[in-house]
Amino acid sequence: MVDLMAAGPAQGILPLDVAGFSIRAADVGHLTHVAPFAGQAAALDGALRAAHGLGWPAPNRSLDAAPGRIIWFGREAAMLIGPAPGAALADHAALADQSDAWAAIEVQGAGIEDVLARLVPVDTRLASFGQGHTLRSQIQHMNGSITRLGPDRVLFLVFRSMAATLVHDLQEAILGLG
Amino acid sequence: MRLQNGGMVDRSKVIRFSFDGVPVEGFAGDTVASALLGRGQRLIGRSFKYHRPRGVLSAGSEEPNALVTVGRGAAQEPNVRATVQEISEGLEVFSQNAWPSLKRDVLSVNDRLWPFLGAGFYYKTFMWPRAFWEKIYEPVIRRAAGLGGLSGAAPDERYQKAFAYCDVLVIGAGPSGLMAAKLAALAGADVILADEDSQPGGRLNAERLEIGGQTGAAWGQAVLAELRAMPNVRVMTRTTVTGAYDQGTYGALERKPAGSPAQEVFWRIVAKRAILAAGAIERSIAFADNDRPGVMTAGALRAYVNRWAVSPAPRVAIFGNNDDAHKTAQDLVAAGVQVVAVIDSRPDAKVPAGPYEVLTGAVVEGSAGRLGLTSITVRHQGRARKIAVGCLAVSGGWNPSVHLTCHMNGRPTWRADIASFVPTPGAIPGLTAVGACNGAFSTAACLREAVAATREALAKIGLEAPQLEIPSAEDAPYRIDPLWAVPGKGRAWLDFQNDVTVKDVKQAATENFRSVEHMKRYTTQGMATDQGKNSNVAALAVLADATGRGIPETGTTTFRPPYSPVSIAAMGAGGQGMGFAPQRFTTSHAASLAAGAPMIEAGLWYRPSFFPRAGETTWRQSCDREVGFVRNTVGICDVSTLGKIDIQGPDAGAFLDLVYTNMFSTLKQGRVRYGLMLREDGYVMDDGTTARLGPQHYVMTTTTAAAGEVMRHLDFVSQCLRPDLDVRYTSVTEQWAQFAVAGPKSRDLLNQLLETPIDNETWPFMSCGAIRIGGVEGRLFRISFSGEHAYEVAVPARFGASLFSHLVEMAKQHGGGAYGMEALNVLRIEKGHITHAEIHGRTTAFDCGFEKMVSAKKDCIGKTMSQRPGLLDPMRERFIGLRPVAATGKITAGAHLFNPGDPAQRAFDQGYVTSVAFSPDLGHDIGLAFVKNGPARIGETLRLVDHLRGVETQVQICDPVFIDPEGGRTRG
Repeated sequence: MVDLMAAGPAQGILPLDVAGFSIRAADVGHLTHVAPFAGQAAALDGALRAAHGLGWPAPNRSLDAAPGRIIWFGREAAMLIGPAPGAALADHAALADQSDAWAAIEVQGAGIEDVLARLVPVDTRLASFGQGHTLRSQIQHMNGSITRLGPDRVLFLVFRSMAATLVHDLQEAILGLG
Repeated sequence: MRLQNGGMVDRSKVIRFSFDGVPVEGFAGDTVASALLGRGQRLIGRSFKYHRPRGVLSAGSEEPNALVTVGRGAAQEPNVRATVQEISEGLEVFSQNAWPSLKRDVLSVNDRLWPFLGAGFYYKTFMWPRAFWEKIYEPVIRRAAGLGGLSGAAPDERYQKAFAYCDVLVIGAGPSGLMAAKLAALAGADVILADEDSQPGGRLNAERLEIGGQTGAAWGQAVLAELRAMPNVRVMTRTTVTGAYDQGTYGALERKPAGSPAQEVFWRIVAKRAILAAGAIERSIAFADNDRPGVMTAGALRAYVNRWAVSPAPRVAIFGNNDDAHKTAQDLVAAGVQVVAVIDSRPDAKVPAGPYEVLTGAVVEGSAGRLGLTSITVRHQGRARKIAVGCLAVSGGWNPSVHLTCHMNGRPTWRADIASFVPTPGAIPGLTAVGACNGAFSTAACLREAVAATREALAKIGLEAPQLEIPSAEDAPYRIDPLWAVPGKGRAWLDFQNDVTVKDVKQAATENFRSVEHMKRYTTQGMATDQGKNSNVAALAVLADATGRGIPETGTTTFRPPYSPVSIAAMGAGGQGMGFAPQRFTTSHAASLAAGAPMIEAGLWYRPSFFPRAGETTWRQSCDREVGFVRNTVGICDVSTLGKIDIQGPDAGAFLDLVYTNMFSTLKQGRVRYGLMLREDGYVMDDGTTARLGPQHYVMTTTTAAAGEVMRHLDFVSQCLRPDLDVRYTSVTEQWAQFAVAGPKSRDLLNQLLETPIDNETWPFMSCGAIRIGGVEGRLFRISFSGEHAYEVAVPARFGASLFSHLVEMAKQHGGGAYGMEALNVLRIEKGHITHAEIHGRTTAFDCGFEKMVSAKKDCIGKTMSQRPGLLDPMRERFIGLRPVAATGKITAGAHLFNPGDPAQRAFDQGYVTSVAFSPDLGHDIGLAFVKNGPARIGETLRLVDHLRGVETQVQICDPVFIDPEGGRTRG
């Protein structure tokens, strides 16, 4: 019998420090895709509060209650990040484990809006895209999820298989600044 | 020549660059044009068609003459305007369109041939004989004509694209733009101020004028400093707003200064409101030989004198039809340049006197000087007179830069009082034109308009503008008496960029190309890099005159984006090399590369073609061996790229019954079923297996190619067709690393890894369930694409690389190993399994022999449409197998099939080949094909003809399942 070894999506390519920006694989724990069944949104909101101290996020918003975070992930869907989902959630929503499906990459650095402006075709000025705001949009030519964790910190989620492309595109965006 | 004093260049900072290999010195702040004029170089380029010597006409991005190539090799950039290009240390600049040298250009012979090369000469001259056009005329003309060239090498500089959002976009940072930006910024708006120039200020930097008691330039710098200090303002220099698009979106090209990490950035700016303060472009007056180096617009000369402290020559004359001629003379005198004469075409002009001769009611009717102006011929009071000068400044009046306001099909409005077109209000929603680009030609009027329009724009977005005092400024009236062309013999140039003369425009009218759009295309006036900025209005005025219509009736041609040239590299920024498309790598990618596997692209995924081993010299050898693994022992293949969609909910079964032709609500838990999906028009969309993991839980598999399309289809069905169904789904393609373990030894291999061993009873064909493997929770599906006893094992992707290497290692112990796409394809063709080569969008379930899979017990998407009589005609091309009559016969994909004795022509077509392989088991080529009434013609012989590859083979129609038609191996 063998023991299988785990490898992260950005293994071997991250971390990187590029021109004042740090690019790191975020240690996000579990990722669970949560999609409430018909008429269950309110009950799910309650279950999320009870199990994780979170709640159901409004479109383009995320909720944060350490160690958990939940980010809006599209039409009637959210991604629960951090803890394994509480058992009661399954009564109200379709849950799908996505812990291995998405590469979670955190970028930090002063002037991150200039990096976002080169990759994301949406208004990402701090005034419009503040802390806790989240987007499903394009990142260069990939579809992904973008969440602002702080004034100079952003979490990117892209398909696991595209991690190398995201790192490439982030570097290109950063290296062209100035 | 460089003037002793004045200017805004930094004389303490000498910068060295080269022009045609000759070292040139300039100062910080110089453009290539100002630096060359500073050292007395008037000749800078050769014209497009006649190769006439040309010099600097303007001081801005509208320059039609002074086009140069910058850099060499991969970085070589042609058609750069010398009037815009800043100099930098070591910059290499080359003249264009001249051989062997700028001074001696062989093709200037064209200029002697001008009587034969007028408007429309192509159409008249190169008609005969017809076959000569493509083979002889066009290549020769193309070689002779044209401006700068590309190196042909891919650029190695970085280009970027970017997005910006703001409340107010101010386009242009002259007096109007600065005033507008200041007011908007004080009101708290998020402001972007974009200006083409490296030094914002517009005409403030080019004129001697005062605003609020200080020089215009100083006032501009002060406002700019104020704006730069405000957090809500972004000043973008070297940034040309190139286009106005829907919903307040503007394209803009930012040129980065030398030494920047990126060459250019192409911006898309979204603004709630925009203030267009683009200024105006001065027009010339056409007269014979008005294109010699040394002839330039008066406004440009003032800019060179006042901003860069250079004059093209020591002796200057000025020719104009408005007061700017005199303003120019005064500026030159103040700067110490000798003004010889001012020629004013207005007989009754009241003009100021100066230390120079003033001739009113006079015109310039000719010039001399082969490589640069030496003299002009002036007609005054009926007499012609020669005046020796090295520079002539011409002012024919100003054309407001209305271009952006026409980008959404708006047409400008003619204003007779200023003899110019002005923007039509509302032509671009949310954009207001102010200042000179709106026809306001005094500084005071510019400032007043800017404040009023900005105040209104701010109110529209809910911001209140504070009180802002408008500083005092000159408010001189604009006095002009239109003069477009001086009558006379010789060629009077309108469009310097395309060598179009007054005569050409008149010729077009004579030949009935009377519409301005037809005239443009017949004469080529208004084309190429300047897009007629310098010549459009004069040309249409000449056309109006020639056709006896007024200017407003004649109208303008359509101004389209971009306002000034945008390099393709900037528009395609990020798309070069690795940036062309995202790359999707499987968890076995590194192991496949390490094994030497050539990778092929499947959509965005990279998959191994085959895994070569020592001694194998062709792909076929590797492929045949890998096929043998699966047929004889065990092979391992990464199948993670297939789409996997997790489907849950009380109505999951009903949902699947609707999207698949066959029944899934009745599928037992722990079982897998093959499903076929139709488009709404009844044709096959995709196929794959779907497993039932729980009472309300399924996982659907799609093909790699159609994963996105199927997901979009499910979205459409659930949101638009059956929103009542309580079903939720999401892609889990990337969550699972999934590997095919295929071959007679597959179960033996798996049992070495599984914590609970399996057998045929617990895991029969088409069963599935949870497993533990290598200490990890996984899923096992007993499905087969190869026709062998096979499984697919899935683990969370983080364990994929590890599982793949264990599986391959163990397979090797069984005499097998990894197999790639080539072997996978051979295996499925041998088994008659379809892929998108067969379900290519034009085939139905009936065509594929799957008509029985369309359940009679229920409806499904596409069912009704698939039952149209035409789609059930047995004579349709239907799915069959092909084998060569002689074992050595070649079968090629894409070949067409004909009845023996029929000619291999379209009308006799019987069908076509979709997939082919060499079958190592059978020892000959095999093929899958669609043939008219195919299933009823098993055993018939056909003629296979591949017209492209020149292959012809006798083939026999057979069952598409070549191996194990009973399926014993799969179930074994």
